[in-house]
Amino acid sequence: MHNQTIAELAKGLQAGEFSSQELTTAHLARIKQHSGLNCFITVTEVEALAQAKIADQLISDGKAGPLTGIPLAHKDIFCTQGIKTSCGSKMLDNFQAPYNATVIERFNQAGAVTLGKLNMDEFAMGSSNETSFFGPVKNPWDHSAVPGGSSGGSACAVAARLAVGATGTDTGGSIRQPAAFCGITGLKPTYGRVSRYGMIAFASSLDQGGPMTRTVEDAALMLQTMAGFDSRDSTSVDKPVPDYSTGLNDSLAGLKIGLPKEFFGDNLNTQMAQVVEEAIAEYTRLGAEVVEVSMPNINLSIPAYYIIAPAECSANLSRFDGVRYGHRCEAPEDLNDLYIRSRGEGFGSEVKRRILIGTYALSTGYYDAYYLQAQKIRRLISDDFKKVLSEVDVLMGPVTPTPAFGLGEKTGDPIEMYLSDMYTIAVNLAGLPALSIPAGFVDQKPVGLQIIGNYFDEARLLNVAHRFQQETDWHQQAPAGIE
Amino acid sequence: MEWETVIGLEIHAQLATKSKIFSGASTAYGAEPNTQACAVDLGLPGVLPVLNEQAVHLALRFGVAIGAEIAPYSVFSRKNYFYPDLPKGYQISQFELPIVGQGVLDIEVEGETKRIGVTRAHLEEDAGKSLHEDFQGLSGIDLNRAGTPLLEIVSEPDMRSAKEAVAYMKKIHTLVRYLGICDGNMQEGSFRCDANVSVRPKGQAEFGTRAEVKNLNSFRFVEKAINYEVERQIDRIESGLSVVQETRLYDSDLDETRSMRSKEEANDYRYFPDPDLLPVVITEALIEQARGELPELPDAKKLRFKEQYGVDEETAVLLTHSKDTADYYEAVISASGCEVKLCTNWVTGHLAGALNKDGLDITQSPIGHARFAGLLARIADNTISGKIAKQVFEALWHSDQTADEIIDQKGLKQITDTGAIEAIIDEVIANNAGQVEQYLSGKDKVFGFFVGQVMKLTQGKANPGEVNAMLKEKLKR
Repeated sequence: MHNQTIAELAKGLQAGEFSSQELTTAHLARIKQHSGLNCFITVTEVEALAQAKIADQLISDGKAGPLTGIPLAHKDIFCTQGIKTSCGSKMLDNFQAPYNATVIERFNQAGAVTLGKLNMDEFAMGSSNETSFFGPVKNPWDHSAVPGGSSGGSACAVAARLAVGATGTDTGGSIRQPAAFCGITGLKPTYGRVSRYGMIAFASSLDQGGPMTRTVEDAALMLQTMAGFDSRDSTSVDKPVPDYSTGLNDSLAGLKIGLPKEFFGDNLNTQMAQVVEEAIAEYTRLGAEVVEVSMPNINLSIPAYYIIAPAECSANLSRFDGVRYGHRCEAPEDLNDLYIRSRGEGFGSEVKRRILIGTYALSTGYYDAYYLQAQKIRRLISDDFKKVLSEVDVLMGPVTPTPAFGLGEKTGDPIEMYLSDMYTIAVNLAGLPALSIPAGFVDQKPVGLQIIGNYFDEARLLNVAHRFQQETDWHQQAPAGIE
Repeated sequence: MEWETVIGLEIHAQLATKSKIFSGASTAYGAEPNTQACAVDLGLPGVLPVLNEQAVHLALRFGVAIGAEIAPYSVFSRKNYFYPDLPKGYQISQFELPIVGQGVLDIEVEGETKRIGVTRAHLEEDAGKSLHEDFQGLSGIDLNRAGTPLLEIVSEPDMRSAKEAVAYMKKIHTLVRYLGICDGNMQEGSFRCDANVSVRPKGQAEFGTRAEVKNLNSFRFVEKAINYEVERQIDRIESGLSVVQETRLYDSDLDETRSMRSKEEANDYRYFPDPDLLPVVITEALIEQARGELPELPDAKKLRFKEQYGVDEETAVLLTHSKDTADYYEAVISASGCEVKLCTNWVTGHLAGALNKDGLDITQSPIGHARFAGLLARIADNTISGKIAKQVFEALWHSDQTADEIIDQKGLKQITDTGAIEAIIDEVIANNAGQVEQYLSGKDKVFGFFVGQVMKLTQGKANPGEVNAMLKEKLKR
């Protein structure tokens, strides 16, 4: 059962081949069996079985939708009512959200089952899942390698078949990079497509939730439920949500693919380049036309991102002060002591580093030199994208410069770690949709292909990615020991 | 040396919206602590602000009322600082691009009109309240007020005395209540201000170093705090010290200001645009709508009252300082059909005095304008005398009856039957032969005695004019 996709399982459930309770029980057993991967921070066994029971009733009443009874899991950044929502931090180790995020509400309404909450880099700050207070997640393909981050628990859980699909969030590549490292499909929607209400903020102007699944077809099903306007999020866009499944098989004849030459420079490992080039060759066989394009400002993405994201996070994380909820130090002497020790003890070093960078960048005398400059670069990068996307339908390139690196390999060098997101960050700065699909292997580790589309063009991205999965079987490979 | 005072005010007016500026929680005052704070106000992880449209409309109304520039595009920013009653660790405010730009306001001080510049007015959320008593050495936090919409109105440093500052603050206070954008309740903190005060030698162009006195919530405190501060600053300079740029608190018990924090200790607020909120785009149509919602403004009303009702400046100010008083006055004029002068005298005289004595404002008057007009109509048509009217007024104050019902019930109707009055006058003359003699021998003062006797016997109901005329006739020397 666990090797089936959401689309297949939905058919089985509706045909009565198995119940959601059986399906859920099987997944809960797998979660236990593979607990060594450290994917889950919280397993909500009781709640999951209760949801499965209700789903079975809906199915037998003929009221089931495409996600009814499907066992999913959620990144621990989404608030879940009455369930611990830690955001991977000691700061919120004791925090039970009193409300559901909009995304969670929507999955609940669709009758999906929540297996639990997934491990992640602390407050989504990291590229390897190693900044989590709950310990690193292992890459299911190579237990000595990282799963990527920050949605590392989500990617690993889906790759290891512990959940059929999972939610992730992507601020600078946090869905696409772990999806690539774990050999699954991950979609970051257009900024504003999925509500951020109840999604604990890292960098508000960049954060976007999205689906992580084994197939593009499943990603379309999950996105269908996640996407849509939410009056509680002022940055969500009031634009109709198309049917993401109907056009999946549309022909790609005449599709114009742009290859940003900046994505294929010296930083890209030659074996990686080869995998990406072979994937693109597959597209030409499908009738697409490939042209080289240039985005001269894209190399400024990382410096701009590491001003804007920390600046926003330095304010976003101020609410964690030990006053109302979350970690509070023992016996504070006075107000300052309460702040200093609660925050000092509650946050890990990467989070502190970014708060410090952001605070510095916004300070009087530095704001113009850093924050404003970074915003200017952001606009230039967006303009680059707008220009090339007026000439081509989609852009393609690598997701990461290398396959999954070793656990501990980059933890001592933050800059080296930041560079692993060099191909994903620009997309967040521009607010565009992009996805990562499995495209091959290097050193027995999965490699992803990144496809970037125009604003709100998720349907086309899914179509382009789905056709690739119809021609290849990279997405069907399973890590050893997982069957 | 002669010194000149320079004052600028930052007035915080709480906008009269039903819900908070970024959440759906109620803004009603006086609820149990923390019962009107929702997830957004508490700053829970993951929550997001959504702008209350009404707050924008109210800010616009203020902007057009003072003829200010309205920004077609304004931005909310985060003002970062840590305090326990600031749940998010930042206040959402407007910094570089406020919704209301430059405007002006005229004030009158000692008969002189002076123009005061308004630099800007911006929208922001209020913080909660820290409660330092009743918690055994700990502090309590009440977040009911957190997220209440405020309009911060910043003036130019155009005021030169505490009196001018108070006149300006009163002017804004009157204006915001006219506009219906703020209830102006100063006890509840709906209207308060920070005063920036400095002094300089008269004639000097540069400003002196200023101190900011925070959170003044009465006109009296504004005046006293500024006067204290001016004296303190002059004393310092004259004794060879300098004024320190700092934030100070006014202690009304001791009537002094105290240092709160110096410039060096001041927060670097690290303002930056709030990425959770979109820029506010104001169209011409919205500005037009706000203009259409403007009532007659205080200055225009005052001018009209002077022209239409012939009242003097002082009376016009009294009648128009609150829109409710002005409305009451005009309703009384139109309902009573009486001479304007009578209405003016009674509204600004007896009614104002009674309200003042009981600490009520006009909207709380036990006598509504209709019943009040009923009373004035009976004075005008001579049914009762002015003296009896005061008696009827008392009765109106303490009952729901109309003036006519009271006059009927208590038999207060003026005696206009000349025969009846004549009989009483004859009786008085017959019973007071001594006084008659005195009067006839030239003691004019005794005349008042006869009037008093007649009024006494008629229980004040005789028409005084008539009594006078008849007595004169009867006592002809």
